[in-house]
Amino acid sequence: MKVGVVTFPGSNCDYDSYAAVKHVLGEQAAFLWHKSTDLASCDLVILPGGFAYGDYLRAGAIARFSPIMESVIKFARSGGMVIGICNGFQVLTECGLLPGALMRNRRLRFSCKFVYLRAENNTGRFTNACRRHEVLKIPIAHGEGNYFFHDDKVRGLEDNGQVVFRYVDRHGKVTDAANPNGSVNNIAGIVNREGNVMGMMPHPERAVESILGSVDGLKVLESARVACAQTAEAGSS
Amino acid sequence: MSDNKKAVVYVRLKDGVLDPQGVTIHKALIQMGYADFVSVRSGRFFELEIDGDSKDVDRKIDEVCAKLLANPVIEKYEVEKT
Repeated sequence: MKVGVVTFPGSNCDYDSYAAVKHVLGEQAAFLWHKSTDLASCDLVILPGGFAYGDYLRAGAIARFSPIMESVIKFARSGGMVIGICNGFQVLTECGLLPGALMRNRRLRFSCKFVYLRAENNTGRFTNACRRHEVLKIPIAHGEGNYFFHDDKVRGLEDNGQVVFRYVDRHGKVTDAANPNGSVNNIAGIVNREGNVMGMMPHPERAVESILGSVDGLKVLESARVACAQTAEAGSS
Repeated sequence: MSDNKKAVVYVRLKDGVLDPQGVTIHKALIQMGYADFVSVRSGRFFELEIDGDSKDVDRKIDEVCAKLLANPVIEKYEVEKT
């Protein structure tokens, strides 16, 4: 698997993502510069966390118009796998690859801590390495992660199984206390209808070695690797 | 050469979308003793200046609002020409 990590001006988790893929997962990784339109024939694109373009206007609002995003949008629309982490998730909602919007945290505070997530399915491209309803410990670090979508539309997401990660307590229970930002239905991560584009506020790339406090984030990358291998197999047969 | 055209764009959260910033400001007002202030909604505005010779300005302003200045999932906008 070859993974492209986009660097926008203001990205600050691009090296973490790169290191997680290359040094922990042992796969190929490449940086993709925001001014380029070349995805370097990668199988998976990661839009990393940070504050692209200073988060001016709205988080992700300016980044979505960068040259690399034209290529990322085309790639995603033709079935390519894309993960948006934190600021990357915000870019994905702003450019319309994922539905909904990310608003200011309900308590208006930047929140930086470990949270527990429940993997809502274990068949998707980004969750197949998890057990069903497995609880993962992964950190968050954001001020605008309050996932919002109108009631009827959220119901649609739920019905389609597009909610992949939910904030829960350590026992896997969905509670308001476990919701760090006020996201509707405790939503922490979603996929598009086709399942090839995923956005999540928590940082799996920051939970890939025990010295970091958790290795649970690896499951997201491992899942993507499995999905990538399956795609390659389907393509060659 | 005609004078540049100007417009002000107001971007607000749609009704029903929670505005934590507005709520916090409102709480502060209550604490300051302004008990008769019932609610606060926050928003922002942009001043645009467009070349006076530009054609189709209304459409372009509308496009800019929908594409960039507002996020139509959560926000609405109003254009005021000056």
